[in-house]
This record gives sequence, C-alpha cells and structure tokens, in this order.
Amino acid sequence: MSTDFYREGEPIADTKAPAGPISERWEKRRFSGRLVNPANRRKLRVIVVGTGLAGASAAATLGELGYRVANYCFQDSARRAHSIAAQGGINAAKNYRNDGDSVHRLFYDTVKGGDFRSRESNVHRLAEVSTEIIDQCVAQGVPFAREYGGLLDNRSFGGAQVSRTFYARGQTGQQLLLGAYQALQRQVAAGTVDLHTRHEMLELVIADGKARGIVVRDLVTGEISTEIADAVVLATGGYGNVFFLSTNAKGCNVTASWRAHRKGAYFANPCYTQIHPTCIPQSGEHQSKLTLMSESLRNDGRVWVPKRRGDDRAPGDIPEAERDYYLERRYPAFGNLVPRDIASRAAKMVCDEGRGVGPGGLGVYLDFADAIKRLGKKAVEAKYGNLFDMYERITGENPYERPMRIYPAVHYTMGGLWVDYDLSSNIPGLFVTGEANFSDHGANRLGASALMQGLSDGYFVLPNTISDYLADGPFEPLGEDHEAVVAARKEVDDRIAFFLNNDGDRTVDSFHRELGKIMWEYCGMERTDEGLRKAIGLIRGLKDEFYRRVKVTGKAEELNQQLEKAGRVADFFELGELMCIDALHRTESCGGHFRAESQTEDGEAKRDDEHFSYVAAWEYGEDAPVLHKEALEFEYVKPTQRSYK
Amino acid sequence: MKLSLRIWRQPDADTPGKMVSYEIDDVSEDASFLEMLDVLNERLIAEGEDPVAFDHDCREGICGACSLMIDGQAHGPQAATTTCQLHMRKFKDGDQIDVEPWRAGAFPVIKDLVVDRTAFDRIIQAGGYISAPTGTAPDAHAVPVPKQDADAAFSAAACIGCGACVAACPNGSGMLFMGAKVAHLGLMPQGQPERHTRVLGMVAAHDEAGFGGCTNTGECAAACPKEIGLDVIGRLNRDFRKAAARAA
Ligand code: SF4
Ligand code: FES
Repeated sequence: MSTDFYREGEPIADTKAPAGPISERWEKRRFSGRLVNPANRRKLRVIVVGTGLAGASAAATLGELGYRVANYCFQDSARRAHSIAAQGGINAAKNYRNDGDSVHRLFYDTVKGGDFRSRESNVHRLAEVSTEIIDQCVAQGVPFAREYGGLLDNRSFGGAQVSRTFYARGQTGQQLLLGAYQALQRQVAAGTVDLHTRHEMLELVIADGKARGIVVRDLVTGEISTEIADAVVLATGGYGNVFFLSTNAKGCNVTASWRAHRKGAYFANPCYTQIHPTCIPQSGEHQSKLTLMSESLRNDGRVWVPKRRGDDRAPGDIPEAERDYYLERRYPAFGNLVPRDIASRAAKMVCDEGRGVGPGGLGVYLDFADAIKRLGKKAVEAKYGNLFDMYERITGENPYERPMRIYPAVHYTMGGLWVDYDLSSNIPGLFVTGEANFSDHGANRLGASALMQGLSDGYFVLPNTISDYLADGPFEPLGEDHEAVVAARKEVDDRIAFFLNNDGDRTVDSFHRELGKIMWEYCGMERTDEGLRKAIGLIRGLKDEFYRRVKVTGKAEELNQQLEKAGRVADFFELGELMCIDALHRTESCGGHFRAESQTEDGEAKRDDEHFSYVAAWEYGEDAPVLHKEALEFEYVKPTQRSYK
Repeated sequence: MKLSLRIWRQPDADTPGKMVSYEIDDVSEDASFLEMLDVLNERLIAEGEDPVAFDHDCREGICGACSLMIDGQAHGPQAATTTCQLHMRKFKDGDQIDVEPWRAGAFPVIKDLVVDRTAFDRIIQAGGYISAPTGTAPDAHAVPVPKQDADAAFSAAACIGCGACVAACPNGSGMLFMGAKVAHLGLMPQGQPERHTRVLGMVAAHDEAGFGGCTNTGECAAACPKEIGLDVIGRLNRDFRKAAARAA
C-alpha cells in the first residue's frame, strides 16, 4: 500500500539475533560475535553522543575495555542528562521477594505490556541482563532503598503483579546516573575518555557507506569542528519535546537522531509515544514544561473524579457515594495500577465527559486520604515525602490535606532509530542505545523499564556487540579535506547562516509551542484518520511559515541559546510530520497509539495483528518517506488482546 | 503581577558586565521564576534585543543546571528549592528583584547568568567514585548494608551539583559539595577500600580549582536546595585528617 504521504519499500529483517531457544540467543551471539584483542582496542576510536544512562554507561565501559572514546553532551556537565529525572525505579528479575518472578516472567510482562509490538529476542535479553545491572550499580555504591536487615527493598510498579522494582526514594534515575557518571569521570581521569560538555552534535559524517564521525558545535564559542572515529554511538534520548509541553528536560531534542535519519538511518515506529498518567496539570500559557509525579504514587493513591459532571465542590466536600473511582471500577484486577496507556486514556475519557477537576476541567484526583488513614502520615511521608513537597512547590496546594490533581502528559517515546539485535542501525558503524533506539518496549513501555533498558544497552549489550563491527577496524583515516567531512560541515554552516540571516519576526518558542499544540491535539492520546491528515497539512503550513518568519538574534560565534533552539525546532517539524504519517498508516490501536477507529465495544485499544504485526521502519525521502516493514514473530508469548480487567 | 528586574548582563567572559533594568507586567503567580524569564526573553527577542542567557534543563529541581542569585540569595528566598522550582507566588506585585550569576573564583562567568562549573567535574574525576568496572560485581545481596547507613548515604547522594553552596559561601568554598560525595561513598561498604585516596585526591583537586577554604559560616547548607547538612563537612575533615596522617 502506498499513498500520497509515503511509499512502501522492501521489507527488512534483523539478521543478528541467532536462532534457537530464546534463553540461549544472547549467549550464542556473544560467542559468535568477533572480539577485538586488548592491544588493538587502543587503536580504535568510538564516539558516544549523550551522557545519560545509555551514553555514560557505554562510554565508561568502552573506556574500561581500552577503546579510545570521545563522549559528547550539550549540558554543562555529563551529570545533568535527563535520565537524572527518572523517579520511580528500575526493574530486575532478581526474585528476591520469592513472589514468583523470573527472567521469563519479566520477559513475558514486557512483551505483553508492549502490546506485542516488540522483538522477543531483544526483550528476553533485556530481562536476562536486568539482574546484572543491579549487581553493577550496587558495586558502584548506588544507595538503593534497603530493609532493616540490610537487604535491598523492592516494590511493585505500574502494572506488575510482582515486586521487582529497585528504587532509591523517588530519585532512582538520579542515583543510577550518578553511578554511571562517576564511572565515566573515572575513565576521564584515566585518559580513556575525552569528554566534551556544552557541545552539540549537528551532523553525521558518512564515508564509504560507514558512519565515521560527527560535526559538533561548541556551544560556548560557536566553533564548528569534526570528530572522526571508527564507530559512532547515539545515546541521545527521546523526542517527546516535539510536543513542546512534556516531562522532558528543556534541552531534550531529536537533532542527532534526525540528522542520522536524513543521512539514511531508518526511524522506527515514530508514532509510539507514551503519555504518562500522573503529571501535574498545566496552569497557564506561560507553562514551559510539565512535571511528572512518579507513578509509584498509584501504589497508595486512589484515582477518582466526581460522578456528576460539572461538580465544582471542593474535593473534601464530595461524599464517598458521589465519587467515581473509575480505575478500580473498570479494572477490578489491577485497579489503580493499570499500565500507563490505559490509565491515561481513562483520565482523558472522564475529562471529556465533563467530570475533570481543576482549571479547565483537565485533571483527576489522586487521593492519599485512605493511605494516610491506613499507614499513618509518617509512613506516607517516608515513601513519598519528596514528591509531595515538589507538588506543593509547584501548585501551592498541600497533598496531605487535599488530593493531588493530575493529568496525562507526554513522557517517553518508544519509537526511535531502527536497530538490529546488535544495536546497530542500518548504517554500518552507527549504533543507537537507550531511548534513542526503538528496540525493546514495543508500543508501550512499562514503568521502571526505561532505566533498565538504558543501562542494559550501555553497560552490557553495546560493549559486547560493537566489537564484532570494530574487529574490521581501524578504518582508513579521514582528513578534514575528505569530501564527506567538507560536505557535512557545509550543511551545518549553511543552516546556521540561514537562521542568523533570516529577516523574521517570530520567536522560535512561539513556533515550537504551536507545533506542540498540533501534535497534542491530533497525534496525542487519541488519533483519527481525519485528524492526522489535518495535522500533516497544519505542520507543513507552519513549517513554511517558520522558515519565512523565524527570528534568531545574536551571532554564531557565541553562546546563543536561540540559535540552538532554532535548529532543534526545525528538526521537530520534520519529525512531527513523520509521526503523523506513521500514526495515519497504522490504522490499528496498540499500546500508546490509540486510533479511535480501532477500539473494542467498551473503548479499549483493538490491535490488528493480521495487518500490523510489524515494525514500521521509515527511510527518509525528499518527497515522501519510504516504509520498510520488519515482520514480528511471536514464538514464546502468543499475542492476546491485553486485558487488565 | 508587575515586577522591576535588575539583571546581570555580560556578553562574554572577557567583557565586563553590568546590571540592566527591565520592567515586566502580567506575570502569573503560577509561573516559575524561569518561566517569568522566558516571558521577558520572548519580549526581548521581539524587540530585536539579545535575550538573557541562563542555564536550565530539567526544570524540576533535579539536574542542577539552574543557578541564579536572586536578591543576593542562591536559588532565591524559598528554602530547599532550586531556582526552577521557585514560583512567582513567593513574590509580591511591585517587587524589585535582582538577578545575578553565581559568583565564585572557581566558577567564571561565560555569559550573562551562565557560569562554568566544570571544576566540580574535576573534583569527581579526582576520586569521587568507586572503582567497579562493568562486569566485576558480586551479587547485589552479597554485602548487606545497614538501612540507616544506606539512608544516610542516600541523603548525601541527593546533591545535584548545582553549586549554590559555593555561590553562597563568602570564601567560595566547595566543601559542602565535596563533603556530600565523600559522605555518600564513605558510608557504603563498597566505598571503604578507596576511602583515603578518595578524600586526598578530591581535596587536592578542590584547592587547585581555586575554591576557598571553609571557615564554618554555614551559608552553604542554608542555601543548599537538597538540604545537605554541615555534618558532611565534619566527616570530610575527619576522613581527610586520617588519610593525611596515614599518607605522612
Ligand atoms: S551540596 Fe547542595 S548546594 Fe552544593 S552543589 Fe550539592 S545540592 Fe547544590
Ligand atoms: S533546571 Fe534542573 S534543577 Fe533547575
């Protein structure tokens, strides 16, 4: 099938995962992949872009192995990458609780949670490696929560019936990232990693069909330079900021991935975005980002709205009988712990019915009154104190006394650059790790699985798989005068010159906000054929206007935050269009992708396995993108309609 | 609400800066301090002026990027709150607010309100880690850690590396930041083998980066958004004395 919006190309396949029993595949791949002997590693240079969990862990580990690593981040310190903000925890199949957990169960839950749109081989490996991650982090001194006996504490998290989530109060991402950051700094001191902070990757260099380097801008001086290597690893995170308002940090962007995509790397499943159910609702037009409240809160908080539409009494004045605990009512088995996509859509549904609370009726209550009665205020404070404080700082309301107001917000993107089992993109030498790749979460990511995947990729998977590629290196040296380098630099120079010379009158942010509104309205929690077509038209129109009217002040040779943003927003326009095309072509509902036309009688997402059991990998095309399908096969977890009733 | 702002403007590291006044109205009290600056910047760009540069990223109090002196207080008037989490409801209509960068010898200004804090990274490079190369770890339950030690280590590890402690200190000392890391790692059994080399290395890097000494004024802990206490400095000093004695 091809339409005006895209063409269909040849199917693709992952050729790296070995056949055979799933529990032996990773072991087999590690054995079949070629190694690089320690003396040769010193001669091989690897670029890692990004210093979040997936980047810092990869850079540190590659450095420890003896490769020469160049590591880049746009922040002023590697420790500030957005992984730092992850709150809830990290899953691992340790079965320390003896509650029936196992590698197979974590694998099963993740495939099912992803609504049968991920690769079994990858997910199984993730579940296997999960246990090593915890060992590694504990050895680094990560201060996980512990019980009185001194052993690690676990909790159950977002949709899991076993307690397999390890956590460090509400700051698990911070503590894991600091562990990786410290390991990275140790390698910087050892001289194996050259770390470049306040540098942004603006172009990928491909020579003789191989990814060989990147073009970067020094964000302080504006200097443009090139770094050449034998392989490039992108660990540059997700693209949730295409929505302008999201829980992502302000600097998160798609530019590194998008530049690689424009040079030939396939972008897979861009429409799979995760809308997180428990965020603080927007308070006004000035809003610059949305803040997540960890969904661990749903372990003890109860979600409700008034039964009557337009009921504007204070929450305390609404008697029990007039409250609708709609998650407990609709999903008795899982109650408030249903997966994120289900909880988000349920919130939207009650708000659409006019039963939402707070400004604009865009909110639902998350109530701790029962938990405080049952456990005591002290225990609730010990568990969630920092989250409650954060809520109060932002809203000015005290959640010990008045239920929190929450509303869904864009949080995570499951889509990303296409990679095979080795985490290699379709461009030889270009590897992609963490949220930047598409690989393990299918159409919906389970809570506490992002940290697991980032660290799995960075500490354990990539350092093992990349050697098979590097075994052919070192490759021909590339000089500054090589045509590929010259061309890549010119592209960067031209884009910068364009923005600074444009005679515009509208700010970058004003365009970004408007793009975000289009995306949220038509490519957010609910998508329709009509809406997506409309969105594509609107995005194209707005993009034209952006190039005509955008205004960037200042110079190229200085710290220029407007210039940085302009380049990122330009790439978001193109990505946004591709997301809508992907969402339009996938006429089924699955996970975070809900097509209104494809739902069951009681409003649940309805998959169409017959037509859509594939990964949609998009190739960049000047006129229209080209769709390559990778068929998904399920040998171990048979696709069923997800049910959390 | 309506506000009069005086903001430090400095084009680059080598050009002297000065305070510049801006009037701004229609500020929502639900806006964060940085969102208020966003609104100002949107206006400046529209008028063809250079917007105010400031560091920020997560805007939820965890990355440690934001770093403003607000009316002479690091991160402003609200206790235990980063600049990005400070909301305008803490101010009154008609207030005059001074906004400046961190000021410390070890944190040179890059532009406007943006400073260079790489000296903190250098302190960590000098020993702020546990050497545990990937793949060498025993099972996570091999070494139990008493809950109170783990909790205390966590509290110290909550430091976000923002540098408010340095900015607040009359001597520009980095002792609270460094003490937090020494306490975190020193409280964990995994951190014991390198306990002495760590503290010696970090203190040397701290002094070399141009941070000042500690004279116990306590301004650092008062400014710290993560409520790191002065006890970590006591711990740092004890560890340092022991390590120095052993090394001598
Ligand atoms: S000790 Fe406190 S003030 Fe100092 S860097 Fe850490 S969090 Fe910031
Ligand atoms: S912007 Fe991250 S802590 Fe303030």
